[in-house]
Amino acid sequence: MSKNLPLWEVFLRSRRGLEHKHVGSLHAADPEQAMQYARDVYTRRLEGCSIWVVRSADIHASQEGDAAAFFDPAEDKVYRHASFYDVPDGLKL
Amino acid sequence: MATPSNVAIAELEEAFQQRIDREEKIEPKDWMPDAYRQNLIRQMSQHAHSEVVGQLPEGEWITRAPTLRRKAILLAKVQDEAGHGLYLYSATETLGVSREELTEQLLAGSAKYASIFNYPTLTWADVGAIGWLVDGAAIVNQISLCRTSYGPYARAMVRICKEESFHVRQGYEIMTVLARGSAEQRAMAQDALDRWWWPTLMMFGPHDTDSAHSGRSMRWKIKRQSNDELRQKFVDQSVAQAEFLGLAIPDKALKWNDTRNHFDFGEIDWDEFRAVLDGEGPCNHERMEARRKADEEARWIRGATLAYAEKERVRSSTGTES
Repeated sequence: MSKNLPLWEVFLRSRRGLEHKHVGSLHAADPEQAMQYARDVYTRRLEGCSIWVVRSADIHASQEGDAAAFFDPAEDKVYRHASFYDVPDGLKL
Repeated sequence: MATPSNVAIAELEEAFQQRIDREEKIEPKDWMPDAYRQNLIRQMSQHAHSEVVGQLPEGEWITRAPTLRRKAILLAKVQDEAGHGLYLYSATETLGVSREELTEQLLAGSAKYASIFNYPTLTWADVGAIGWLVDGAAIVNQISLCRTSYGPYARAMVRICKEESFHVRQGYEIMTVLARGSAEQRAMAQDALDRWWWPTLMMFGPHDTDSAHSGRSMRWKIKRQSNDELRQKFVDQSVAQAEFLGLAIPDKALKWNDTRNHFDFGEIDWDEFRAVLDGEGPCNHERMEARRKADEEARWIRGATLAYAEKERVRSSTGTES
């Protein structure tokens, strides 16, 4: 078999006011075809009002193996959460 | 990169099993035992192939559906099957196998698909029976798989289950109309049930005691319930549905068991099951021919769209006007 159709990742906005969310992938030759396939495969029941397609090769992902060290800086900063602070009884803050 | 020693692999496997035991999902980039990966590729691609081949028996009835409403519904259902195949192929590819390899395995006969699709759809009632029974059995299995340990597989299953309940209901509706119709229509509905009942029970696979991959799949939580458990669940739920239609399930041994709190049912003809899996079912040859033809006839389209995309890319990067 000659060259294969490249892989694309599909993101859907399910309704206005919500963010686009990853739903899966598909193979297509170009953005236009990827968009049409995304519509046919992922929105047969009005699951989306907006679609993003991105070539999978263009996505840079954090590495699972380094995840512990990579996300470590946030681990000891509990003071970034509201629940870290005491609120005086009976007071709204 | 150094090859991990046996000790290191044993440690990784231990950590992997602990993660599974904690009900954490496994995601594509995680380390996983090679056997886990291969087991998933086998099961998920088989599942994807079944969705794709599953379009064929029903697709034959799209042009012959009795009303425009039925035609539109059947068309949508068959389209869903194609979609389900694509969700599953997409999830399988996250394990590092390409779509082309998966297709080749199907066409070469090294990957299987559900044996049920090697039976013919002889009458319109068969379309009803497939929706009611075959999709009904598929849902029992797929609901259980929504909790499978591999994230992309579980997510595909959730989406598929949502869509699949429409398939069952449209099938049962067809059966209801036939069962309430003329004597001839009732006979047609009964005949479809007679032919599809046993092959549907075979869909759940061999008995737990004879199932090659079951033990390990359960330990890795790829499978959450055993073949026999799922089959029992399906039989239990089908009895009342058949009664409502006034149709008889073709099994003399079918009887409520008060001690087990389940229906007892007769033994499956496992020789038939194996024969159909081995390619000797009524439609095996026809189904594979249809897939091969589809692959071959669409090859030039894939080539042409790729060539066009490449030409457009060159054009835009050199700024040449078209």
